[in-house]
Amino acid sequence: MGLLCRKVLGFRHERGVVPVANFNASLLGSKKKREALGRGIAYLLLITLSVIFAFPLFWLLSTSLKPDTQIFMFPPKLIPNPIVWQNYIKVLPLLRFRVTVVNSLVIAFGEVMGTVISSSLVAYSFARLRWPGRDILFVALLSTMMIPYAVTMIPIFIVFNKLGWINTFKPLIVPSFLGNAFYIFLLRQFFLTIPTDLSDAARIDGCSELGIYWRIVLPLSKSTVAVVAIFAFLNGWNDFLGPLIYLNDQNKWTLSLALHAMRSAQIGEINWSGIMAGSAMMTVPIIILFFFTQKSFIQGITLTGLKE
Amino acid sequence: MLRYMSLRNREALTGVIFALPWLLGFCIFRVYAIITVIYYSLTDFKVFAPPEWIGLVNYQELFRSDPLFYRSLSNTFYYVAFSIPLGIIVAFLLAELLNQKVKGMALFRTIFYLPSIVPIVASSMLWLWILNPNFGLLNAFLSKLGLPAPNWFGSPVWSKPALILMSIWGIGGTMIIFLAGLQDIPQQLYEAAELDGAGVFQKFFRITIPMMTPTLFFSLVMGIIGGFQTFTQAFIMTQGGPAYSTLFYALYLYNNAFRYFKMGYASSQALVLLVIIMILTLTVVSTSKRWVYYAGRS
Repeated sequence: MGLLCRKVLGFRHERGVVPVANFNASLLGSKKKREALGRGIAYLLLITLSVIFAFPLFWLLSTSLKPDTQIFMFPPKLIPNPIVWQNYIKVLPLLRFRVTVVNSLVIAFGEVMGTVISSSLVAYSFARLRWPGRDILFVALLSTMMIPYAVTMIPIFIVFNKLGWINTFKPLIVPSFLGNAFYIFLLRQFFLTIPTDLSDAARIDGCSELGIYWRIVLPLSKSTVAVVAIFAFLNGWNDFLGPLIYLNDQNKWTLSLALHAMRSAQIGEINWSGIMAGSAMMTVPIIILFFFTQKSFIQGITLTGLKE
Repeated sequence: MLRYMSLRNREALTGVIFALPWLLGFCIFRVYAIITVIYYSLTDFKVFAPPEWIGLVNYQELFRSDPLFYRSLSNTFYYVAFSIPLGIIVAFLLAELLNQKVKGMALFRTIFYLPSIVPIVASSMLWLWILNPNFGLLNAFLSKLGLPAPNWFGSPVWSKPALILMSIWGIGGTMIIFLAGLQDIPQQLYEAAELDGAGVFQKFFRITIPMMTPTLFFSLVMGIIGGFQTFTQAFIMTQGGPAYSTLFYALYLYNNAFRYFKMGYASSQALVLLVIIMILTLTVVSTSKRWVYYAGRS
């Protein structure tokens, strides 16, 4: 691409700047018009498409607030009348909400704790300490990201089964304390950008590696650590397959398992308003989290795409 | 010299200790797990009894006499072949739109992104309702337009397109990655091309697309790996039906392992999955030299 620039610049030198400027001036009017037209089309497309993308979520809320008589209307009624907040209260015992929401939160926060502690320590080691085999193992770490969950699912299940961990949260939380390749990679990339002078100075002052990690590198990496924490929380909260495999006892169920069970238990007429209310209750906390941490969120997704 | 050595050694020791959590995880969840899954795949293993060595019998059954294996494989290929390219195209076009200079961009960006963070259980329930053949929103809309209203999850022909449609709705994450990629393209390239008289399409195909190939490549690889693991939607919405039309590979594997407790058989399936993904990834990687362009890197 640099070549293209040079070519163009060369072209300008050869032919002189003046004719090019004139050429531009004569086109300026129509160029402005073209840009305005382009903007108009962009707006039209953006508005139409965002209505389409937003509609399912609107529909989720709308259905969750409908009286039963309006659920099965055809053509569907867009706005419920009257609004039935009662649907949300009625679904709480069906989801055994008080138990399952606590379970979901315990698992999600456990995963956040484990991920943040272990992945940042490991990332520190990969980014800032030299040890034999480090670079080969880093390549190994990257390539493990390609291994699908389904491939190792069975042996891991057998191990946890032998340990007697079925029907506990341990299989869902403990592995996160053993680091996650993707988060280690994210944190390492960030740690590499922190100047080594800082840690060298601290080392001369007699600070231990743990001290440098804890007092210098971590505080400087708050934004990336936040990204990792948010993603780990989402993972824990949204996970379905993990709890499905490991949690049989209803008292250990997460919100997502309870919601699934609620639907599959219904034969004949399905309680759609209740299911939508339950789905909304799972979704709203995530959306709130998104609005509070939008910047880190977007940054995290962006970083996700940068690993080539 | 001695002091230098000891410093180095101390650093190495600290490094290994810090990396210990992952080293442990790597040994258990990767190395041990893969060796074990190979072993299990050669056994008859019903969870409650120890595995019994049977050699290649599982593989023979898988390839010679299990129609559902081929069914789940073709379902998965169908799903990946449509949902991944389609998703990439939609995400790319949305990112292009969001990269225009218009007001209210933050709002538009949020609207397109939000669906992708909805928990999969919740979005499965939602789409089950939207695609309900009798009372669903989509069919109401289609019939208003005078279009035929498919039976969606009631029809083996429409069940996979229904899941693909739902996957397109959740494309926001990819879109944000593309948007970031688009914003990284140096503006001078477009300015230079304009001076050369390049039109909108020329700029798109000669600058935007080549500059975006690394991002496209990455999304393609990750999309394929993710697509082959499609499980939750199918498990919740269709249980693999109707007529096995949404029995995806990962779902069939789960059924064998945790519903029928055929752990050995499921293990052989898991290994076949690993091989398939490795072959596909290597294929994409090996062709990438021809179409992926890394600016400033050789």
